[in-house]
Amino acid sequence: MTTTLDMTATDLRAVNTTLQAAAKAQANEAYVITNPRGSHAMACGLDGPLNVTIKGSTGYYCAGMNKEATVTVEGSAGPGVAENMMSGIVTIEGDASQYAGATGHGGLLNIKGNASSRCGISMKGIDIVVHGNIGHMSAFMAQKGNLVVLGDAGDALGDSLYEARLFVRGSVKSLGADCIEKEMRPEHIETLKVLLEKAGADAKPEEFKRYGSARKLYNFNIDHADEY
Amino acid sequence: MCGIVGLFLKKDDLRPKLGDMLTDMLITMTDRGPDSAGIAIYGDAAEGSTKITVQSKAPETEFDGLEAALSAALDAPVTVTVVDTHAVLVVPEDKAAEAIAVLEDKGLRIMGSGASMEIYKEVGLPKDVAARFNLRAMGGSHGIGHTRMATESAVTTMGAHPFSTAEDQCLVHNGSLSNHNQMRRKLAKKGVFTRSENDTEVGAAYISSRIADGATLGEALEGTIDDLDGFFTFVTGTKNGFGVVRDPIACKPAVMAETEDYVAFASEYRAFADLPGIETAKVWEPEPATVYFWER
Repeated sequence: MTTTLDMTATDLRAVNTTLQAAAKAQANEAYVITNPRGSHAMACGLDGPLNVTIKGSTGYYCAGMNKEATVTVEGSAGPGVAENMMSGIVTIEGDASQYAGATGHGGLLNIKGNASSRCGISMKGIDIVVHGNIGHMSAFMAQKGNLVVLGDAGDALGDSLYEARLFVRGSVKSLGADCIEKEMRPEHIETLKVLLEKAGADAKPEEFKRYGSARKLYNFNIDHADEY
Repeated sequence: MCGIVGLFLKKDDLRPKLGDMLTDMLITMTDRGPDSAGIAIYGDAAEGSTKITVQSKAPETEFDGLEAALSAALDAPVTVTVVDTHAVLVVPEDKAAEAIAVLEDKGLRIMGSGASMEIYKEVGLPKDVAARFNLRAMGGSHGIGHTRMATESAVTTMGAHPFSTAEDQCLVHNGSLSNHNQMRRKLAKKGVFTRSENDTEVGAAYISSRIADGATLGEALEGTIDDLDGFFTFVTGTKNGFGVVRDPIACKPAVMAETEDYVAFASEYRAFADLPGIETAKVWEPEPATVYFWER
C-alpha cells in the first residue's frame, strides 16, 4: 500500500514524524510526498526500511542520516543531501547541490544529474555514483567508500584524501594535494561493475580511471622531523 | 546568511506581475534574512527623465512640500510620489545631478537613481517591508531583492540591500568581502565614493567604476573574481540586464531557473516554488567563478 502525503496540507514536521515512525515500525511501506516545494530536511533521520518518493525538488539536508530506507527525489536536491547517511539508497533524479553525501558512512547515493562542489566531502564508507559531473573540492579528506563519476570532476579532486576510492570516466580539472591516479586492478573493475549496475548507470568499468591517496600527507614522514 | 532573489522577464506579458512574483520569492527567503529587506525594480522609463528614489527618517515632514521646493530649486517640473518612508522623484534628465545634490543637502538619503530603476529597502521582516511599499503592485521588466541577516555592518536602512552606486545599476550580495576597506580606499582615489560602511556597497561601487571605465557588465562581473576577496554570490541589475557571479569557493548557495518567459535566481529552490512553469523549467546551480548575464 502506498500512502501519499501532500505538503500543501501536511507540514514538514508532520511528514517527517510520520515517515520516521513508519521506518521505525520496520513495515517497509511506500510513501509518496507531493508538493515538497524545496523544503529543508525532508525524509531525514529515517531509521528502518521504508520506500519514500518525493515528487519534486528538495532543499537543504534531504534524507540526512538515512538508515536502511530508500529515498527517491524526483527533482533536484539542495545542499547536504544524504549527509551522514548510514545505509539504504538515496536517488536524486536531477542535480544535487554542494556537499552531497558528506561524511556518509554507508549505503548508496545515486545522483542521476550533476553534483556541485564538495561532493562526498569526508565520506566514511558511503558509495556515491554521479551520472553527470561533480564540482570542485569533491572527496576532500574522504576516508572510505567509493565515489564514481560518469562525467567530469572539477578542481582539487580528492584533496587530502585518505582511503576512499575515486573513479572518474571523464576529465579531472585538477587533483588535490596527495591525490594521484592509480592503477585499475581486477578488484577495482569488479567493485565498479557492481556499483554501476546497482546505480543503473550506462557505463563500462574499463572506461574509468582510478584516483586515490598517495599516502604522503597523512603519515608522518620522519625525514621531515627537522621541519618542526 | 542572507537571501537573494532575482527575476528577469524575457516577455512583456508578465510585466504587471513582476512585483507580485518577486514579493513571494522575497518572503520565502525570510528565514535567511529577517533583519531587513529590499528590492530594486526596473519599471517604465519616462523619456528624458530620471527617477530618484530617496528615503527619509521623517517622511511626514521631510516629504511635505518637497515637490514645490525641488521644482523651485531646479527651475524645472518635478513630480514626487511618496511610498511610505521612500519617495520617487521624477526630474528632467539633465537636472538629475543637481537634484541629488539638493536632496542630499536636505538630509534625504539617496537609494538610487536612473531612467527606470526604483529601490525600496527598510529594516524589518520581508513581509512587512513588502507590505509597506506595496511591492506586489509594482510592474517592470526585471528586479532583484534581498533579505538580510547582517554580519558586516549595522542593521540600518542604509545597510540594507540592494546597493546602487550608479544610474540604473544595483547589487545584492550573499556573503562577506574581506578586502572591502582596501578596495574602498582604491576606489576613493579614483573619485568613487560609497555612502555606507557596508562591504557590499564597495562591491557595487567596484562594478560601477569598471562599467564607467568602459567595461561591459560581463567584464565588470568577471573582474570581481580577481579583484574582490571573500565570499560572494552577487546578483546585479542594470537598465537592460541582469547578471550573476559567485566566488571560486562558492559556499554561498545559488540556484537558477529559466523558461521561455523568465530567468530567475534565488538562494534556494524554495523561492521558485510559485513561479509559473517551474515544473518544466531548466533548473541549475550556477558554476563557481563563472559569469552569467542576460541583456535585452
